[in-house]
Amino acid sequence: MSLVARHLEEAGLPTVVMGSARDIVEECGVSRFVYTDFPLGNPTGKPGDTEMQSAITGTALDLLERAWEPRTTVQTPFVWDPAANNDWREHFMKVDDSNRDALAAAGEQRRVAQASVKAEGRGRG
Amino acid sequence: MAADRRTHRSHVSYIDKSRNYYGAHGYPQAYQWAYNHDVPFASLQKPLNECRIGLVTTSFFERTVDKKAVAGAGSKEPYAALCDDALGGLYNKDLFWDKDNTHTEDLDTYLPINRLREFADQGRIGSLAERFYGVPTDYSHRRTSRRDAPQILEFAQEDELDAVILVPL
Repeated sequence: MSLVARHLEEAGLPTVVMGSARDIVEECGVSRFVYTDFPLGNPTGKPGDTEMQSAITGTALDLLERAWEPRTTVQTPFVWDPAANNDWREHFMKVDDSNRDALAAAGEQRRVAQASVKAEGRGRG
Repeated sequence: MAADRRTHRSHVSYIDKSRNYYGAHGYPQAYQWAYNHDVPFASLQKPLNECRIGLVTTSFFERTVDKKAVAGAGSKEPYAALCDDALGGLYNKDLFWDKDNTHTEDLDTYLPINRLREFADQGRIGSLAERFYGVPTDYSHRRTSRRDAPQILEFAQEDELDAVILVPL
């Protein structure tokens, strides 16, 4: 998605990316980025919280107007759980002794599926 | 209030996490994430309250998703559709997001069509375009850069957009 934003900018069209995967967007390098430190899935606000959604979307509009140079990132002030639930950070894509064997098996299964797709000619080069 | 102290940065590095995660799946080569030193920058050409704003999502209509396809196999094509047709929600269960901690039942948590229409009603923006666009999350930078990005630009030019908001899930 960041590559698309860059392409639009190169054609003279101003863009702003709204997201929660800060490193991925910033490594790719975009003109304007509204970062919200949430689990992946709700980059423009919590479900049902229209006030927050408006605030985050409004920040994107502010950036369109006011950013004066590329790589302008603004982090919105929202936290996922005020009760300091940071478990989601550890839980997502977790790799430890409890799931290492299962992940290896899932990988193997996926490679077999991919090989069969290729053999059927359904994949694209 | 005393400053908090931490041994690690607070925000999650998805580049680090995914490298470990897919390494544990037995993939020998880590994914090569896009990196750029130089970043292009375009400015608004008119006041925001006269601008037509477009939206881009990584979600698709369920009927257009081939659920048998292996993720990243390039089975999806970029598309343009009416915002009105997205109001019932889009399909993104095949995308990689935190399904254990949240959900995407509320469209405006990942595609703020209703919120932007409110901003248009308030005169903050000129309008939200009638169409929004979808772009696949593709493992291939080449397909994204050479096929998808030019197609999205073409849609944006057809709709005479003045600025674009892109929301990857």
